[in-house]
Amino acid sequence: MEAYLFYIVATIAVITGVYLIFEKNPVFSALFLIQTMVCIAVLYILLEAQFIAAVQIIVYAGAIMVLFLFVIMLLNLNIKEEAKNALPFQRIPAVVMGIVLFAAICMIIKSKLLQGKHGEYTTAYVNSVGNTKLIGNLLFTDYLLPFEITSILLFVAAIGAIMLAKRKL
Amino acid sequence: MITITHYLVLSAILFTLGVVGVLIRRNAIIIFMCIELMLNAVNLSFVAFAHYLNSMQGQLFVFFTMTVAAAEAAVGLAIIVAVFRNKETVNIDDINIMKW
Repeated sequence: MEAYLFYIVATIAVITGVYLIFEKNPVFSALFLIQTMVCIAVLYILLEAQFIAAVQIIVYAGAIMVLFLFVIMLLNLNIKEEAKNALPFQRIPAVVMGIVLFAAICMIIKSKLLQGKHGEYTTAYVNSVGNTKLIGNLLFTDYLLPFEITSILLFVAAIGAIMLAKRKL
Repeated sequence: MITITHYLVLSAILFTLGVVGVLIRRNAIIIFMCIELMLNAVNLSFVAFAHYLNSMQGQLFVFFTMTVAAAEAAVGLAIIVAVFRNKETVNIDDINIMKW
């Protein structure tokens, strides 16, 4: 059951990813990216990361992609614009280099270099406490400083976005 | 049986798609979306490692990555809007003032 779900969702994610990069209309590209992100959220649930799955839907598919769609519709992009490509010969080498990159990553995965120590948070323990509660506990104890720095980062980003988008200061 | 290798290969495929998209597309917004796809691919491998190593750190890192991605999207799109206001285009071949 889990294996079937993984293969179906993974296939949809890859197909929508391919459509994302070959679609002419930017609005459709954004919608395909939303589809990919929802698929990845389903995979997070399969990996028993429920909180991350919810955040993925809310923040990525909900907030970031809506921002993208707003900007695409605000700019009223011309589809023909894409047609004048200064480097058309770049396409084939790009795809070839992509395949080479994929092969390199696969070799690293196959080489068993990616090993690590097993932690204490087994599935049974996480389920007994609750995924969200555990993440909250860790964020406000061990990871308090990074968490606070993140808030400053978001604050700076908000100010920066307003400054850049303003016509006159 | 789904092992960590399946998730890592899927993550590699999505990351490669993002890289290829950045290389072949000329629209700045689509390039930006491909960068988001790469971030998502890396997040997926983080969560996969966290699950198979019985660790929580991977999920926390994904949380931080998402906030950084949100900040990046806000600032990046503001830059694209500012560039479009000045040059009336988001085609990166036309935005080459910084290249000498």
